Amino acid sequence: MNPTVDQAPTAEAAVDISLQDHLAIEGHDRDLKRAKAENLLEVRNLSTHFFTPDGVVHAVDDVSFTLGYGETLGLVGESGCGKTVTALSISRLVPDPPGKIVSGEILFEGQDVVTLPSDAMRRLRGKEIGFIFQDPVTSLNPTLTIGYQIAEPIRQHMNLPSRAAKDRVVELLSKVGIPRPKDRYGDYPHQFSGGMRQRVMIAIALSCDPKLLLADEPTTALDVTIQAQILELIQRLSEEFKTAVLLITHDLGIAAGMCDHINVMYAGRIVETGTVDQLYENPRMPYSWGLLDSLPRLDDIRGGRLRTIEGLPPLLINMPDACRFNPRCAYTRDICREKEPELTTREDDHEARCWGTQSDGWIP
Amino acid sequence: MASYVTRRILWIIPVLVVVSLITFTLMHLAPGGPWDREKELPPSIIARIQAKYGFDKPVHEQYIDWVTDFVKGDFGPSYRYVNRTVNDMLADGLPTTVHLGLMAFVLAVALGIPLGIFAALGHNRLPDYVATGISVIGIATPSFVLAIVLVIVFAVALNWFPATSNRWVDWRTWVLPTIALAGYPIAQIARYTRSAMLEVTRKDYIRTAHSKGIRERAVVVRHMIRNALIPVLTILGPILAFLVTGSFIIENFFGVPGIGDAYVSAIGGRDYTMIMATTMLYAFSVAFFNLLVDVGYAYIDPRIRYG
Amino acid sequence: MATRQESLAPSASLIARRSSGVWRDAFGRLRKNKLAMVGAVIALGLLTLGIVGPMIAPWPYQVQDQNAIIENGYHPLKPFAQLAWDTGHFLGTDELGRDLFSRLLDGAQISMSVALVVQVVVLTIGIPIGALAGWFGGRTDNLLMRITDITYAFPDLLLIILLSIAFRETVFGKALNGLLLVFVAIGLTSWVTVARLVRGQLLSLKQMEFVEAARALGVRDRTIISRHLLPNAIGPVIVAITLGVPGAILAEATLAYIGIGVQPPRASWGSLINEGIRWMRSDTHLVLFPAIAIATALIAFTFLGDGLRDALDPKLKGKQ
Repeated sequence: MNPTVDQAPTAEAAVDISLQDHLAIEGHDRDLKRAKAENLLEVRNLSTHFFTPDGVVHAVDDVSFTLGYGETLGLVGESGCGKTVTALSISRLVPDPPGKIVSGEILFEGQDVVTLPSDAMRRLRGKEIGFIFQDPVTSLNPTLTIGYQIAEPIRQHMNLPSRAAKDRVVELLSKVGIPRPKDRYGDYPHQFSGGMRQRVMIAIALSCDPKLLLADEPTTALDVTIQAQILELIQRLSEEFKTAVLLITHDLGIAAGMCDHINVMYAGRIVETGTVDQLYENPRMPYSWGLLDSLPRLDDIRGGRLRTIEGLPPLLINMPDACRFNPRCAYTRDICREKEPELTTREDDHEARCWGTQSDGWIP
Repeated sequence: MASYVTRRILWIIPVLVVVSLITFTLMHLAPGGPWDREKELPPSIIARIQAKYGFDKPVHEQYIDWVTDFVKGDFGPSYRYVNRTVNDMLADGLPTTVHLGLMAFVLAVALGIPLGIFAALGHNRLPDYVATGISVIGIATPSFVLAIVLVIVFAVALNWFPATSNRWVDWRTWVLPTIALAGYPIAQIARYTRSAMLEVTRKDYIRTAHSKGIRERAVVVRHMIRNALIPVLTILGPILAFLVTGSFIIENFFGVPGIGDAYVSAIGGRDYTMIMATTMLYAFSVAFFNLLVDVGYAYIDPRIRYG
Repeated sequence: MATRQESLAPSASLIARRSSGVWRDAFGRLRKNKLAMVGAVIALGLLTLGIVGPMIAPWPYQVQDQNAIIENGYHPLKPFAQLAWDTGHFLGTDELGRDLFSRLLDGAQISMSVALVVQVVVLTIGIPIGALAGWFGGRTDNLLMRITDITYAFPDLLLIILLSIAFRETVFGKALNGLLLVFVAIGLTSWVTVARLVRGQLLSLKQMEFVEAARALGVRDRTIISRHLLPNAIGPVIVAITLGVPGAILAEATLAYIGIGVQPPRASWGSLINEGIRWMRSDTHLVLFPAIAIATALIAFTFLGDGLRDALDPKLKGKQ
């Protein structure tokens, strides 16, 4: 009845032009000259904690990074390291209770989002900040058509009459590669496959041409064959509209393919940050080695074991002052258990948090 | 969908047959007959009455007779009121009972759902406690107790509404019975709506809705309420069944001239035909309303409708 | 307003849960629920009263204190009045001189026995039917579900009334002043929920691999059902029967109110209200106290049932 097989996106040149004109009319100028601040996003010493009956969980602890206009930054780490909470904090979507941004600043175009009144924050969401969530099956309202759900932020933020809004939705649908967009406008989420639903999510996130796109593991819930398509779609669209992307993933390979810069997170902290090349060629933190190492490679020996990082991530309650990775680290020494290392610069823009790999350390 | 509905409709028939069998059997098991009066009638007269109404036939023949008449729409003569047929009695009382039931249902939905929504939106704060408090009272108070309280306060003390509702044409007689009947349904609907709303609040698509930056009211109405009301539909069936059975207690208490009251006297007075007809009517309406609710549910949830 | 997402559960993934078993966890949650605890205490209190009531009652419930009535000019005694204290009827009496407090205790015994016995009936009918339907599936399931449908379609109060009237004069009907009949009648109309729960559990669990494994080992069906599958259904069943208690108490009270069910001189709360309506204006206590008693019992068991349901609901695990 309804084709649910993913197909390659069909870009229509005519549509592109009208979209650009449209955006120009709206004044969404991507030109850096019109940028309101030096960097699009500056996160400074962000700490987000969860107050639970078992204790205070330090999900995000003193995290800082910057994201420039149009750049793509990767936030990489295993489950539970705080990357999703970081993204939610930026958008102030952290469930409260039990979560709360306890300290730090999040400067979006120079304005601190943490102290913004909620109505002002609401105006940012959807319009300037788009969010792609991980599970497209549960993230869409089952009782509303996808056309309506994509149109919602457009109608809210862009003041278009409903006819024009619908046109824009149809444009977006074809941009994200949904075939026969006019027909499928009135369909419900359950009538689409997982990959198609994620395309709908992307359409929602990009509907008002936001400056920042937060993509939380956008492909984790999808089939491997579809993953590449979705990632390519995100990359193409963000380049086209010069949208900055914060890509959250546990997969270093994905991050490498899409990002200029990567932050590696562990146990609520950033433990290494650098360009893709720096990270791949010269990782300066044993956790990063473990991550790189655990990626299966084409030249692996058949029948050999996959490499893993032993152990489990720590409980994020009552963290002692020590390196958080040390229980699982092969190179640990006394100082690792006694004092937590700081983020120190190793080369240009390449920082790492490890005693052992510092210039005076014991790891070459 | 169409086949599902047809199957459900067809199922009502065997269900009604079994109901009629059970009712018929139970009635005839009860000792005594419709002609037990204070004064002993001479046996010859009893014999003649029994022959006239077919009571001398074996029981299963009486049942067949009843069924054949029933499907023709003839519900028989009343055994209690010698000059009236059951059809007449039903025609007199049924509209009133339906009227009362309808008013109570509308009241229950119109109060119960908003109450539940407010409780959920003000979760663990004042609106929740107030609304939950009201619900608890509604559940813990049997309808006849609620009726007593209403009468004491509004009829006796304040004299706003009459204590009895014989004169059904006067709208003021409608108020107290409706409230008394709707008390429990309001409470149940409110509780159910509240828990459905709280459940929906935790869903991922609510977070997506917030991430779009739409107004909170839009999130609540379009995303939360819309989805929460679907499971609430499922209890409307039992609520309707409750209204059907609860109505005769209330009718009895307030003297509402509906079939409920007639039913209670029929049971006491062994008016077999009246009992059969009314029981069948009740059973049919319960089955029918449950069907309506199930179909409505399938229609409203897009996953089922366009599945 | 407070929002929590299902996919974001930092406390679940970041905290290693001390897994102390399903029951210990559930009990802990239950204890934190204040309303449920209040309900539990009251429910236990009522159950105790039901058992010891006749022993602590100052008067046997049917005894008419003629002297007190005569002294009061043939009117019911008012509660807490001087005359009431003097004659040992602190909650007052009815117009025949029967002590209200003692009769309330008798009503407690009736209500509590209804609460318990009905649930026993429900379990006895519901569990086997549900288990058979769920385990064998197919035609057995169909047949049993049709029976369920018919029971469900019959407005329950009607069936109870018809049953009561039909058997009222029999030995069975007269047992325990009509209580036995009430137990069975209410139980016969309430087993459907439990049956459906058990059936649902079995239907979903019997697909699981451990069942296949057990069968491969030659374990008999009956053992598989009773030892492996039914225990999983216990949680929801406990909730169902706790929440079924208010319904049973209410049904019994309603029956007594319209004069069917427990026969005088036994003092079901419902019949107390029935008798007391006549005195509503002058001696409200005759209606008020039984009404309070009913309300208390209903509220207590409802809160307890709600609390149990929340405590046993796996979805809430780790989120509170």
